[in-house]
Amino acid sequence: MPKQPRQLVEMSWDPITRIVGSLGIFTKIDFANREVAECHSTSSIFRGFSGFMKGKDPRDAHFITSRICGICGDNHATCAMYAQNMAFGVKPPALAEWIVNLGEAAEYMFDHNIFQDNLVGVDYCEQLVRATNPGVWEQARRTEAPNAGLHGYRTIADIMTALNPFTGELYLATLAASRYTREMFCLMEGRHVHPSTLYPGGVGTVATVQLFTDYLVRLARYAEFMKRCVPLHDDLFDFFYAALPGYEKVGLRRTLLGCWGSFNNPEACDYTYANMPRWGQSMFVSPGIVIDGKLVTQDLVDINLGIRILLGHSFYDDWTAAETFVAHDPLGNPVDQRHPWNQTTIPHPQKRDFDGKYSWVMAPRWFDGKEHLALDSGGGPLARFWATALAGRVDIGYVRSTGDGVEINLPRTATLPATTLNWKIPRWSNTLERNRARTYFQAYAAACAYYFAEQALAELRAGRTRTWTQFAVPEEAVACGFHEAVRGMLSHHVVIRGGKIANYHPYAPTPWNGSVRDLYGTPGPYEDAVQNTPIFEENGPEAFKGIDIMRTVRSFDPCLPCGVHMVLGPGKVLETHCSPTFGR
Amino acid sequence: MPSGRSLPAGAPDPMAAQASRRHPAAGTTGAASTASTAGEPAGEIAVLWITAGLSCDGDTIAMTAATQPSIEDLVRGAIPWAPKVKLYNPLLAPEVGDEFLAAFRRAAAGELAPFILVVEGSVPDEHNKQEGYWASFGTDPATGQPITTCEWIDRLAPRAWAVVAAGTCAAYGGIHAMAGNFTGCMGLPDYLGREWRSSAGVPLVCIPGCPVQPDNLTETLLYLCHQFAGLAAPIPLDEALRPRWLFSQTVHEGCDRGGYYEQGEFGDAYGSPLCIVKLGCWGPVVQCNVGKRGWIGGLGGCPNVGGICIGCTMPGFPDKFQPFMEEPPGSLLSSAALMTYGKAIKALRQFTKDSLNKVPSWRAAPPRRST
Repeated sequence: MPKQPRQLVEMSWDPITRIVGSLGIFTKIDFANREVAECHSTSSIFRGFSGFMKGKDPRDAHFITSRICGICGDNHATCAMYAQNMAFGVKPPALAEWIVNLGEAAEYMFDHNIFQDNLVGVDYCEQLVRATNPGVWEQARRTEAPNAGLHGYRTIADIMTALNPFTGELYLATLAASRYTREMFCLMEGRHVHPSTLYPGGVGTVATVQLFTDYLVRLARYAEFMKRCVPLHDDLFDFFYAALPGYEKVGLRRTLLGCWGSFNNPEACDYTYANMPRWGQSMFVSPGIVIDGKLVTQDLVDINLGIRILLGHSFYDDWTAAETFVAHDPLGNPVDQRHPWNQTTIPHPQKRDFDGKYSWVMAPRWFDGKEHLALDSGGGPLARFWATALAGRVDIGYVRSTGDGVEINLPRTATLPATTLNWKIPRWSNTLERNRARTYFQAYAAACAYYFAEQALAELRAGRTRTWTQFAVPEEAVACGFHEAVRGMLSHHVVIRGGKIANYHPYAPTPWNGSVRDLYGTPGPYEDAVQNTPIFEENGPEAFKGIDIMRTVRSFDPCLPCGVHMVLGPGKVLETHCSPTFGR
Repeated sequence: MPSGRSLPAGAPDPMAAQASRRHPAAGTTGAASTASTAGEPAGEIAVLWITAGLSCDGDTIAMTAATQPSIEDLVRGAIPWAPKVKLYNPLLAPEVGDEFLAAFRRAAAGELAPFILVVEGSVPDEHNKQEGYWASFGTDPATGQPITTCEWIDRLAPRAWAVVAAGTCAAYGGIHAMAGNFTGCMGLPDYLGREWRSSAGVPLVCIPGCPVQPDNLTETLLYLCHQFAGLAAPIPLDEALRPRWLFSQTVHEGCDRGGYYEQGEFGDAYGSPLCIVKLGCWGPVVQCNVGKRGWIGGLGGCPNVGGICIGCTMPGFPDKFQPFMEEPPGSLLSSAALMTYGKAIKALRQFTKDSLNKVPSWRAAPPRRST
């Protein structure tokens, strides 16, 4: 119960910047009680991939769907390729799988890196901290950084200054790192962000000694960078907990995390639906759903069958009367009409009405047999680590799941010794832990890349240089691909008829994280996380920047190729709830 | 050489006749062309960048990958003779919401000038439905409804010093304009008109690519900065409004696998280091410099690294290139014709190569003498 009489002020931010895509966040804020009372997230762009993919050649799917996203398009291309491999019944050579894994690892290294310190990092930079919490800035100047010996910044304020846009040392070093990691990506997948060398059946990349040399020298440079970055971010985020007691409640929501698994293991993965539970569990990032700290499933078939696409308050008409494309999966399990295999997209543009329909994002949910759960990805890394830690399956030396965390072992680099980093399951699924997991996952991706490069070189040295397997396109097929886009769970579902695409539905992390209220009234994760957020910003309504809200939204690493909106200024007083009897 | 008249070598410039008339346009903006002689940056120009077309934001991401020049080079005024760029792009802006939109509102009201408007994403047809929006950017405080991207273009384009369509979607419609789409979207030349000119007389500039090759994007912005400073001639564009020095050559003309094509050596499986035209590569007829420039830092690309060219810089992309993984019909004839000639040439080259692989006979160690 609010302690003070509620006086709600409408505040909105449209567009939300420093994310990918268009997002608006509309809130009602209770300044007297210093909390967000209500939040709606809205996406302002409709693009309609599922519409124009109908009738196209299924071999084109990865080229087309890459264009869904301009920062992690290759994750889509890869996921589409996994679905194509299942549909066409083709298994790429092991070397091709290692090359794809190396490309995807580079994508995680690049994308988490640029997002962490060039986009979300600005929310923690000197410029913004001084503008929103001058008291915190003063404290940061007095606080020695515990890991100064590892990263070189004496105080927390020095770290914040290093994050200032276009002038900060870390900001600029990060931009530079974002380039050579994209060069690593281009070595394996041709071009960033829409790959040229991925194909169903493998890759067109020519596996030469030089290819791996060029990759390894950059990987080693990045590993060295990570040995400084991870302890730096630990210092920064730990400082916020200490400087602002109660900051753990910012962006806190129930632990409802989904991870669809990443980095296929060619020794296990045959791309058959029947064997999917087995090869899914041999991935180097384990798939799984974590509810209230428990791993409820790590089986990709269970995960697949539980997906439901609800429309809720989005600008679409229902398709319950439309065609059922897949009544049963290839194992004979019934498939719901609200499953992506059976989805028919019927856009219905209309005025935006927060009591009615207000966004182009639908409401994907995971049905556990009892309720439709609004899973989030924790921005990607939080769910990946949580699922991988609890599953306890990954152990390749460079990375190891320990049951209560994940151990990352980076080898010796130019000036720094071999280093072990330990990510531990946190107490909260909140803003700071989403961000902390991101920095650790950058190191995890680098450590995995050492392993993949080792395996790829073993293939090359053994003379197994083929990177592609021939296939034929079937007349009829039903298939799915599961992957982890940089910011979370990614699935592609395809139905092929007459050798053409009859139905195609990609579900990226942002439809989950940025979803609208569903028909049961359950808010989407951004909405839910923001609604629980206390306000620590020192500014009142007149100069309010909404920094705690921005940090929360950005902790999910929004990537809409659509947005969150904030209206600054005095704000409009909406309603006053005075309750003299119960007021304290 | 007076840099003000330097044109890229080779291609004739269709705008040359108008150049003398339009070239002083830079002067109308008040740019300090005199400053250039002192090596000082010539003033400042704003770049207002809208990513809210139907897009993936991949061209903005490409901007962050560029090194020739880099975005921080442009923003910090590191490149000689170019005005400093004041960048308003949603990906990198510290400001949020209305604070971020303030610059766009001022520009629309004529209170922020001069500026280059960069549009990313294809432009939807907002008239093909009863109500609502396909693409929007910010909220109208009067109505509480989204402001459509089309409204922003209508407000800003007439006041811009130049308008740039970044990426194939903004240039020609691209992926979103594929047959069967809901939104009726199109490229900026179709929306504004192919003959459109800015108030300063600069034609619409299209920098295609899906996404745009990073350095092509920032280099074109740099060219416009130099033009704005009064130092470069009007940007030379081809009939599809592409910068000529970047898009005159075909992929094939710059491809390091072109030699295999010449010798009639064609790969029959992806992963082959030979020419991949029979696997779906459209490089011989697509205008793009990727083979020469690579993708990032000179690395990567398309056919040069084993990726078929799917024609992503072309106005006909994607429909005219689909299905992508089929041999382009035109290459059947040309590659067949090459088989005899190419094989013969290769055999002759092999003969010469074998000879060149031997050191000249006199370099052998002298015979040992024994008594």
